[in-house]
Amino acid sequence: MATNVQDIITKYNKDKTRLMDVLIDVQSEHGYIPKDITKEIARELDISHVDVEQTMSFYHFFSETPTGKYAIFLNDSAVANMMGRQKVKETFERETGIKFGNVTPDGAIGLFDTSCIGMNDQEPAALINGRVFTNLTPFRVKEILRDIKDGKAVEEMYSAAFGDGENRNELIKSVVQNNIRKKGPILSEDYTPGIVIWKKLPEMTPEQVIDEVKKSNIRGRGGAGFPTGLKWEFCRKAAGEKKYIFCNADEGEPGTFKDRVILTERPKLLFEGMVIAGYAVGATEGIVYVRHEYTYLKNYLENLLQGARDRNLLGKNIGGIEGFDFDIRLQFGAGAYVCGEESALIESSEGKRGEPRDRPPFPVEKGYLGMPTVVNNVETLCSVVKVLLNGGEWYAKFGTKDSSGTKLMSISGDCKYPGVYEVEWGFSVKDILEMAGADEDRVQAVQVGGPSGSLIGPDEFSRTLCFADLATGGSLIIIDNSRDLLTDIVLNFTEFFVEESCGSCSTCRNIPNMMKLKLEKILDARGIAQDITDLEEWGKVLKVSRCGLGQTAGNPILTSIKNFRHLYEEKIQKDKDYDTEFDMAAAVKASCEAAGRIPNLN
Amino acid sequence: MSTLVKFKIDGVECMAERGTYIVEAARENGIYIPTLCNIRGVKPRGSCRICTVLVNSRPMSACTTPVTDGMEIINDTPEINDTRKSIIEVLFVEGNHFCPSCEKSGNCELQALAYRFQMMVPRFPYIFPNKTVDASNPKIIKDHNRCILCKRCIRAIKTDDGKNVFAFKKRGMKLEIIIDPELGDNFTDELAQKAVEICPVGAILPREKGYQIPIGKRKYDQVVIGSDIEKK
Ligand SMILES: Cc1cc2nc3c(=O)[nH]c(=O)nc-3n(C[C@H](O)[C@H](O)[C@H](O)COP(=O)(O)O)c2cc1C
Ligand code: SF4
Ligand code: SF4
Ligand code: FES
Repeated sequence: MATNVQDIITKYNKDKTRLMDVLIDVQSEHGYIPKDITKEIARELDISHVDVEQTMSFYHFFSETPTGKYAIFLNDSAVANMMGRQKVKETFERETGIKFGNVTPDGAIGLFDTSCIGMNDQEPAALINGRVFTNLTPFRVKEILRDIKDGKAVEEMYSAAFGDGENRNELIKSVVQNNIRKKGPILSEDYTPGIVIWKKLPEMTPEQVIDEVKKSNIRGRGGAGFPTGLKWEFCRKAAGEKKYIFCNADEGEPGTFKDRVILTERPKLLFEGMVIAGYAVGATEGIVYVRHEYTYLKNYLENLLQGARDRNLLGKNIGGIEGFDFDIRLQFGAGAYVCGEESALIESSEGKRGEPRDRPPFPVEKGYLGMPTVVNNVETLCSVVKVLLNGGEWYAKFGTKDSSGTKLMSISGDCKYPGVYEVEWGFSVKDILEMAGADEDRVQAVQVGGPSGSLIGPDEFSRTLCFADLATGGSLIIIDNSRDLLTDIVLNFTEFFVEESCGSCSTCRNIPNMMKLKLEKILDARGIAQDITDLEEWGKVLKVSRCGLGQTAGNPILTSIKNFRHLYEEKIQKDKDYDTEFDMAAAVKASCEAAGRIPNLN
Repeated sequence: MSTLVKFKIDGVECMAERGTYIVEAARENGIYIPTLCNIRGVKPRGSCRICTVLVNSRPMSACTTPVTDGMEIINDTPEINDTRKSIIEVLFVEGNHFCPSCEKSGNCELQALAYRFQMMVPRFPYIFPNKTVDASNPKIIKDHNRCILCKRCIRAIKTDDGKNVFAFKKRGMKLEIIIDPELGDNFTDELAQKAVEICPVGAILPREKGYQIPIGKRKYDQVVIGSDIEKK
């Protein structure tokens, strides 16, 4: 069964830019990446050993040490905790006799925490050897552990029926549910794959395609909202021997899972969108960067790509257009939120640690392998197909003036119907709460746009979702008044940023942790008024970080201070306005321990 | 055709070759923008963020951003300088910097910047991390306590055939610098010396050498960092 490392390296043509793929294959084969193998990889790819170590040690799902025959990664996002993760975790620990972060002595089971895995609508969820297990309960945990004891293969461990739609596909066979609650142009079944490639592209010049996209006024759905037509035009005009289209399917923002649903239900729409983008900018290769957590879709997606090649929707002279060659490959990540940042995504695809680049130059000028590259979100690329099919003007009629079209919202948290809703831009938060079946009298806050977005209270629920008001990549987390906002949400999100910083910037590497410590101090009733001011000031320093991660890492704390200041004020000590933060007793104890003396504090 | 571009720093008209990084362009015009991770002649990587300026009201790292025609750059304001000062403080508290006992004292750019920005007590709590000293290399000592992760060594030190000797390991707060055991063991004297010189702090020190220049006579003992640029 074991593939030889040599075979893996040869499979990727001894190409050092494919280091990620090599490591992914070794990790999945061995359950870890032993030192002798990293040495062999370095030798064969003709790079330093530290280069291999640098990439390997960056990603959460690569490990230097064995992760167990069954490696269990339990999602640690705020919503997972809201849905009962703690009991699930305790059951895992009690039944296996180990704590999270460890492997059982017999090497059978490894228990690990992991950042949001894109299943917020069916939490608590975990990945076991790459398979997704959703809606976990202590009972279910015991069943799973019994199956493991019986030596069952992970594929045989599902007890519920497979999920809906393509989740049942022979090549997916997953219990994941789509939870599509509202359809629009993107999720609509009314779509014939290849229709734009066959019917529209042959009659249009690349410039006309770009013009049509511009007319639609569509802006990027990945969060930043950059006008898509303009991005394509920049790339088209940039000089380069080769150009690339990247689809950003990293979807790491906690609470976002709409791209998962598109990848499951409308992958052909996505691929067609990439072909259109390729035609428009003059690219020959497309790469879909898929987060590691969605590896369960790999065979299914690969198979569809092959199908598209067979039908001349990919490959040479696509759609009968002479000289139009374009193909798509998948690039998997290995667990790093920052790789969703477009330049980190490119670095990662080149086999490196996912460290964002300095911009300028932007990817449209110098992207993948130094060539002009378009990076677009999954949803953006899907929307473009509908734009070309029905015209830019048709598309611009949906939504609001500055935000045209529809948006897929990932809604989770305290509501009856968590899932994916395709709504026109301009929906108010209030409408969404109603639609998702939230008990409005009990909702105390909504997290808009994930941890990097903002936490808003009821007085702002009439605000609308659009770039001019509440811009969002699509995640909405509903939080009712049974939750402790600062502990359950704000602290969890701050910890997320501490965990996910690439560490390059002095600011982003340190300040989120310092803010976290200060928040804990306040939660622990040791805070003073100055601590709140400090948090606000420190948060400002983060704004000079290199990428969006650092720039927004203070947002959970900053937006909650802004909108829920009373929660902080309630917790601080009112009679104290100066705090040395020095604990004499603790210091004496530590020094006595070090010196081997018995403390005498009298 | 002239390739000179005109731009303004704090309202002062400046000129430089198109494509010059703001830091360099400022230097040519006698304006000092503090830098730490930047080294002249090596491709920049905006890591420390101390060179942050405002370009069209947006914070940008001056060491990585090229000047363009008509650019308006804001450099010397109380707010920006306080941000810079807080970055210096962050770097002090995240490591273990005991200047009086450090061989680099007086030649250290971090220390020099702390003097320039008149850092007294850092606003951030000391982390006192548990860090080690790696003395496994035959020519240099790597002291993780003092490393500010500026990436200079990674970027500047390569073997003759262009291979990396230094690299990052892990990420976030766990980030550290590692040295390739094999390539590091075969360091030439010149490369080892270059590594020592390239490090802005006392994180890479030569073995069996030290205090060749007495304290008091070192680079920043006499002059404020950046004053050479401002004098021009
Ligand atoms: C830390 C960070 C994470 C990001 N994650 C994603 C992501 O998962 N998916 C995505 O499409 N964009 C993500 N982005 C935004 C991308 O950098 C980029 O703007 C986007 O992919 C461009 O596509 P669009 O123009 O179609 O929106 C992220 C940005 C940052 C700073
Ligand atoms: S802001 Fe954070 S994640 Fe982004 S480059 Fe800097 S350290 Fe890395
Ligand atoms: S060892 Fe020196 S040069 Fe290298 S990253 Fe650390 S401080 Fe910078
Ligand atoms: S000198 Fe520019 S970021 Fe460090």
